[in-house]
Amino acid sequence: MAVYQDDFPIVSAEKLSDTVFDFKVSCPQLASDAFPGQFIHVICSAEKLLRRPISICEIDKTNSTIRFVFEQRGEGTRLLSGKKAGDTLNILGPLGKGFTALYAYDSAVVVGGGIGVPPLLEVAKSFNGACDAILGFRNSEAAILIDDFFDVCGDVSVTTDDGSLGTHGFVTDVLRKRLENDPPQVIAACGPTIMLKNVAALAKMYNVDCYVSLEERMGCGVGACLVCACRTRDENGDIKHSHVCSDGPVFNAEEVAF
Amino acid sequence: MSADLSVNIAGVEFKNPVITASGTFGFGEEYNKFYSISLLGGISCKGTTLYPREGNPPVRIAETPMGILNSVGLQNPGVDEFIDRHLPFLSQHDAVIIANIAGSTEDEYVEAVRRLNGTCVDMVELNISCPNVKEGGVAFGTKPESVEKITSAVKKVCEQPLMVKLTPNVTDITETALAAEAAGADAVSLINTLTGMRIDIKTGRPVLHNNIGGMSGPAVFPVALRMVWQVANKVSIPVVGMGGISTWQNAVEMLLAGASAIQVGTACFNDVFAPLKIIDGLRKYLDENGYSSVSELTGGVEIW
Ligand SMILES: Cc1cc2nc3c(=O)[nH]c(=O)nc-3n(C[C@H](O)[C@H](O)[C@H](O)COP(=O)(O)OP(=O)(O)OC[C@H]3O[C@@H](n4cnc5c(N)ncnc54)[C@H](O)[C@@H]3O)c2cc1C
Ligand SMILES: Cc1cc2nc3c(=O)[nH]c(=O)nc-3n(C[C@H](O)[C@H](O)[C@H](O)COP(=O)(O)O)c2cc1C
Ligand code: FES
Repeated sequence: MAVYQDDFPIVSAEKLSDTVFDFKVSCPQLASDAFPGQFIHVICSAEKLLRRPISICEIDKTNSTIRFVFEQRGEGTRLLSGKKAGDTLNILGPLGKGFTALYAYDSAVVVGGGIGVPPLLEVAKSFNGACDAILGFRNSEAAILIDDFFDVCGDVSVTTDDGSLGTHGFVTDVLRKRLENDPPQVIAACGPTIMLKNVAALAKMYNVDCYVSLEERMGCGVGACLVCACRTRDENGDIKHSHVCSDGPVFNAEEVAF
Repeated sequence: MSADLSVNIAGVEFKNPVITASGTFGFGEEYNKFYSISLLGGISCKGTTLYPREGNPPVRIAETPMGILNSVGLQNPGVDEFIDRHLPFLSQHDAVIIANIAGSTEDEYVEAVRRLNGTCVDMVELNISCPNVKEGGVAFGTKPESVEKITSAVKKVCEQPLMVKLTPNVTDITETALAAEAAGADAVSLINTLTGMRIDIKTGRPVLHNNIGGMSGPAVFPVALRMVWQVANKVSIPVVGMGGISTWQNAVEMLLAGASAIQVGTACFNDVFAPLKIIDGLRKYLDENGYSSVSELTGGVEIW
């Protein structure tokens, strides 16, 4: 699988909320090689030595663009949010294994929490309508991409922690009901670790396959420096360190030692 | 005619003086997806121990202005798997293969190095300077007596030229360099990382799970340059310089300070092509300034 490192032009840079930004970059080869759930490693500014890992939200092979949506968390993402359409961005990618294991299933439910929602959009699209989404946010102001999911999913459920939009509660409340009544073939989840842990536990309880996308701080992003370790189990159930950038970011939830 | 970039270090011929640094370049497989690793002078492999190690729990990396701290803790598959699974790939390429060996005890170092005998490893880099493991590693590297002891023990069994990698976390690095030379080291390489720390003020906890880690990247370059200069003035074996090199200009400085070759590590995290850009820049610099060989630069600094 080919990987690229180059300067690519930003074709659009929009704001989805006070702290969340939506970028599209023109990168023909990268877009043609990318899979759902893979990520890019981006230089936010010459001031920052390390790149920042950001998931691919949409891959547009016709227009040769990729879209990513990111939240301003610290200095790096703040500097990145200052970029405009027409600026170039140095990107390394596409990286990681992505949600390719999902190609073996006919229908899915994607479960996203907060800024974990974006990478699930391309996953949902790949099911051509045979996918439902359960999306959770802090409150209505933090809700993003809901219309995008409506466009490509059968059913979309939204939850907020404070009840200001959709169902009052957590994604796991909705997922539990869904698993009781109409279990999907597979679940794909991305969001805070505690949410992933609870989703994985539910999936196991109802005996449904589940894939989760993990986050860890990164150096190289390509599997060479071993800094992005996460705890997983090997065939014998023993704990080992896998690497989010190269073994993941998507893992079978059964393998992850939360 | 273009300048000769090749260097000979302890009998090992490098086609150019740019080597990728241990722990930042894996076993070469990942970066070979971007360019042929045969373009490199050499590859210093990930620090390898007699038995596999899982390394430290995450978080293992923290950022600092123009630098990073890491606390990987020598995660590696062990020397046997290095030989069986990774050496065959490296041997298909035309870069000098340097095995970077670490251990918790002298016996572990000796046995790991012994197992490299008869393999296609071209050179051994003795890592007695890893700051991220509880026992061993840097414990062997901070006192001249222990540097001398471990170097001579390893030298007895090592078939390849032996390069000892020094830690900067000492009062006078020339003492450990001289100890390595006295014990039979064929070359020294420096610097490994400088111990450092960051604290997350939101949680009141260190960013790194190991609390402290090793600092590298452009921020450490002046310290590394000073140490290479001091060591090169004291020892008569070749010195391989590293620490924060990210441009060809840095590489020229390091050579002028006394290095015979250089290693590039953290720079690859920012720019995967950094080692190749450094090779190209060096070549142009030599040609434009009328040098016939890169080794003419070594130790060329004219001090005030
Ligand atoms: C595979 C992967 C995919 C991601 N996808 C997205 C996405 O689609 N949208 C989005 O908004 N965010 C995403 N993140 C998180 C994003 O990488 C961090 O929010 C970002 O690195 C923070 O950088 P900063 O300089 O703003 O923050 P700081 O806190 O100032 O960063 C300091 C250092 O810590 C690292 N860091 C801090 N938080 C994280 C984190 N959660 N994960 C990894 N490294 C971190 C930074 O990269 C940097 O090296 C993803 C992370 C990973 C690992
Ligand atoms: C993530 C990481 C892992 C490292 N692992 C090793 C190692 O296994 N053995 C070793 O001798 N040095 C190791 N080092 C140190 C580097 O080889 C090098 O000495 C140091 O980073 C300074 O060079 P640089 O600033 O160019 O990175 C590591 C450095 C980093 C950043
Ligand atoms: S970030 Fe270097 S191995 Fe994952």
